[in-house]
Formats: sequence, structure tokens, C-alpha cells
Amino acid sequence: MTLLDVRNLSKTYPGAGGSTVKAVSDVSFSIGPGEVLGVVGESGCGKSTLGRSLLRLIEPSAGEIHFDGRDLMELDRGQLKPVRKDLQIIFQDPFGALNPRHTVGGIIGEPLKVHRVGTRAERAARVAELLDLVGLPADAAKRYPHEFSGGQRQRIAIARALALNPKLLVADEAVSALDVSIQSQIINLIADLQKRLSLSIVFISHDLSVIRHVSDRIAVMYLGRIVEIGPSEELMTNPKHPYTQALLSAIPRPNVPRTGRIVLKGELPDPANPPAGCAFHTRCPHVMDVCHSDRPKLARPQEGEPDSPLEVACHLYKAA
Amino acid sequence: MTATAEPLLSIEDLEIGVSGRAIIEGVSLSIAPGEMLGLVGESGCGKSVTALSIMRLIAEPPMRISKGAIRFEGTDLLTLSERALEAIRGDDIAMIFQEPMTSLNPVFTIGDQIAEAVLLHRDVTKTEANDRAIELLTRVGIPSPRAALGRYPHQLSGGQRQRVMIAIALACDPKLLVADEPTTALDVTVQAQILDLIDDLRRETGMAVLLITHDLGVVSQYCDRVAVMYGGRVVEEAPASELFAHPHHRYTEALLRTIPASNPPGVELPAIGGTVPPPGKRPDGCTFNPRCHARIEKCTTAMPALDGGRHLTRCWNPAP
Repeated sequence: MTLLDVRNLSKTYPGAGGSTVKAVSDVSFSIGPGEVLGVVGESGCGKSTLGRSLLRLIEPSAGEIHFDGRDLMELDRGQLKPVRKDLQIIFQDPFGALNPRHTVGGIIGEPLKVHRVGTRAERAARVAELLDLVGLPADAAKRYPHEFSGGQRQRIAIARALALNPKLLVADEAVSALDVSIQSQIINLIADLQKRLSLSIVFISHDLSVIRHVSDRIAVMYLGRIVEIGPSEELMTNPKHPYTQALLSAIPRPNVPRTGRIVLKGELPDPANPPAGCAFHTRCPHVMDVCHSDRPKLARPQEGEPDSPLEVACHLYKAA
Repeated sequence: MTATAEPLLSIEDLEIGVSGRAIIEGVSLSIAPGEMLGLVGESGCGKSVTALSIMRLIAEPPMRISKGAIRFEGTDLLTLSERALEAIRGDDIAMIFQEPMTSLNPVFTIGDQIAEAVLLHRDVTKTEANDRAIELLTRVGIPSPRAALGRYPHQLSGGQRQRVMIAIALACDPKLLVADEPTTALDVTVQAQILDLIDDLRRETGMAVLLITHDLGVVSQYCDRVAVMYGGRVVEEAPASELFAHPHHRYTEALLRTIPASNPPGVELPAIGGTVPPPGKRPDGCTFNPRCHARIEKCTTAMPALDGGRHLTRCWNPAP
């Protein structure tokens, strides 16, 4: 059973001199109820554009977004509004995401007001319940965002996102701006709420160690496309795509020597002018002739390990 | 490097306050020639202020250095005139920052900006300065360096901008490079390239590096020694391998335990409760005591001294 089924989603922007920039190209994946999908990649890989496109906060250029049985792309604004109750998002910057002139109670209660849920008293009760859920004191409702630290503000943003009991939460770099000690508090909170509320989450981050910790499955993006996707542990312990392998080996970890690391050459190519064939071929340590001309399809590898649950877009593996 | 070598830089009992509140409280550190010292801590711990104070780049007023000495090759930098400091900045001591975007002047070519650093400190002609710029760009790995001289910062990627910043810093063969979160804004695959470059350069030139970062993994992989700061004080200092294998201070211990990379996926992270106390609200006794799981009575009343020979710890009840 799937809650969200994304088919061939693309987003292009007009670029300089009549060119087009493909921020997201032909991305397909699905998420079951209560499942966490981690989306990892470096800046410019399209992961944030993807996250926002799922809610149509950014209008996708092509593709289908089947959510709870309906294609969101077919809906007009009026029809989309009730669906948005089930689809919420939290952002990286807990400072920019909260209106400084509203009280915390007003901020958390706003989605209830917008969707005309309950009476004033019922909404106040729900705000109190939400504050408790995210570990903030009840008197926080009367205070203003500036009175709170970064970690507490992220708790407020989470409470607001959960106000309408959504089925799917998109978390876009939700812990990236936080200090190490605060980051683990918020990761624990998200993981705990996910279990208690059976939330489905699209967890977007550049940090593979955070992604690994919270995700059931992981999708790795490079230059607008998914290059590898599969169960979290399999992908982390036995990655197939050379980019995933490099990304994993580049994470600096305490007490892990850096000998044997794969250090990629060069940087992300210009998304307005992506390389032909496999977009990763300019940096790939295993580049072959075919990589310059043909784009590999995302598929289960056949050679070597026919049972691998991972799907990979790489010519090193012949598709099943 | 051994502790017996004459230090290149020694900070002695530094105290910095802002409007009567202490932000740096008795920090002592030393760096030997050719050594890479990591200074780690979370936001607000005072690591950047400490680093900036070496070159007197903190805003005075409102900040004020109320006590201590910063000796560079025996001379106390705190006693020098602004003019004498200018001769040292960018010559014997150079600095790079987190933001390679804002540290470069957008209206000058990168050739001009590197040559400026050379012309400021060396009696050379414009042509000689340009030749030096080409040499430096080659050394930091910018492709076609001669053509790169005429480019503007916006034409470069983030990683290349940081390479240019490093080229400017190296212009006069500094004895000490202060690097304040130099890779925090960069992607993980580019981070590895830049840190490798800094490490190679210090091995080639024998310059010492003070690396300020919040990333324990980075420190573990690149630094000879580490100092951990919390609440305006150094709480632990040791050779890197020793500190990461056997952290003594309860804060260091908790910090290492809480990161996702130290934990199996899905488990609740051993979080550190509470938040870093801001200056002016630091508790009595050990600054970490309200968040410490190993607190004993003494911790709430008296500040422990930084003790212990090669592995210094400021803790009443250190980890075994």
C-alpha cells in the first residue's frame, strides 16, 4: 500500500540565454504509510525543489503526484486546500519560518484557523496539547518567537506542522542549522512523533549520518535525478553507485581514519548545462565510454547480486 | 608536535567581556610551529571570538579584552599598535572564514585580490605580484590559473572561492593560518578536497593551523591536538587520537555519544538536555553542570581547574 506515489516528476526553470535548468528530472518513488524516506544529496541536486514540489509549493513542470489515491497535479487551488491538511512541511531555518509578530500560540493555531477547525476554546486546547507533544511548556503559547532558542523554535515549527494531524510531513534540512547537542534532541523528537503518530516523512538532508539514523529507505540525488534508492541499511552498508560510495566515504567521523577514502575530483557541474550521458561521469572514478553518451536508467542491478533490493542508475551494473 | 617545542602562538589567560558580561573566561592555548590545533564547540562557546581576538579583529567596543596575553613568537599582540598589527595581519598570520562568498570583494578580479595581499606586505612590482598570484592559484588547485586571474568571485563555485581565499591567505607564506569554519558552507565531497589541501599545504610549508569547527569528525581526522570549548572556557585539551578514544570531560563524552554517526540507526540518541547558557546567564560552578549526567555536589559550587599534563580536563567528576 502506498500513501504517496510520485511518477516522472520534473521541474525546469528558465535559465540564462533561453536555456532551461532542470532542477528535478524524471523522479519517481513511492512512500507507504508510516514510512520514512530519506532524500540525500549536495547543494543543487534538486532535493529541496523536490520536497516543495510534492506540496505544489513549487509548481512541477511535469509528472504525477498520487497522494492518498488522488493525483495532486489534477487539482485546482480550491480542491488542493483540504488535501494540504494532510501534507505539511518544516524548513531548515527556524528563525525565518516563524512570524516574529505573532505569539507562539497564534503561530501553532494558525493552520487550525485557516482550515476552520474547532471553536476558539478547542483550538486553544489543541495548541496546549501540541506544545506538550513537542516538549515545550504551556506558557510558551503567550510568548514570541524571539524569546526562544533555535532548537525550541524548531519545536514550534514542528508543532505547527502537526496541528492538523497530517499524514505526510516533508522535513527539509530540519536539523541542519542546529548545534550538535540540540540536533540530537530534535532528531529524537521527530523519530518519536513519527512512531507515535504513524507519520510518513520525506526527510531531506545533506547529512548521510542523520539520514541513516531516521530513514527506512534512502534516495540519493545527483543533479536533479535519483541515482540510487533502496532500504536504508543496504544502501549504507553496500552502496552500489560510485557517487553514493564517495558520499559515504567523505563523511568525517570521529575515530575513523581518513585513509582509504574516496575523494572526488571537481565539483557539481552547472545544472543549466549538465554533462551528456551519466551526469556523474565528469567526477566518477569508474567512468567508461558508454557513460559519456548514454544515461543509465534507475533499475535493479542484475550482474553479481541479483537479489539486491537497491535500484541504481549506473552502467557498471547491467539492469535486470 | 611535542609540548616542549617553543610555541609559535600562546594565548594566556585571555578574558573578553561585552558590556560587563564575560564571554571568554580565562582561555589559554598554544600552538607549535607546523601543528594543526582544532578548536571545537557549539555556537556561543567563544571559539570564533577567541580566534578573531588573535588578530584583534573583534569589535572593540563593545567587546573588551580585559585580561591576558596573546604571544606570537614572543611578542604580546595585545600591546601592539594598530599599525604594527596591520603589518602582521595577512603576513605572518593569515585567516580564512566560513563565507567564501562575502569574504571576497565582488567588484575586483581574483587576480587583483591576491596581488593586493602581496603588494601590501612585499616590496614587489605589479608584474611580480601577478606572477605570485598565478603561482598561488596553481598551488591551491585552480585550473588554468592564468585565465582565472581575470575572473570575478561570482564566476566561481563555492569550493573554488574557498581555494582563492586560501591562495590570498598563503600570499605571504604565513607562519600561522587561522581557519574559522572553512568548510562549513561547502558540500561534503568538496569539504574533503579543501581540508586535504589545507593539510597538504601545512605539511609543505610548515605553517601552523588553528582550525575552528563544530564538526568533531573533521577535527578527529585532521588535527594533531584538540581543545574543546564550552561556555567561554576550554574544558578539555589533548592530542586528537587520545581525546577521541578517551574523552575525560563529561561534555566531550556526551557530545561524542550524541552524534548520529556514533549510534546504530533508529535508536534514541543519547541527547544532552537543555541548551548552552548564554553569557551573563552562566551558572555557578562548572558551566556544564545543569546539563551533566554525572554531576556531583561540588560541580554546582566551584569551577574546576584545567588540569592533567598532556590531557587537560576541567571536570570534577571526569569519565573513567
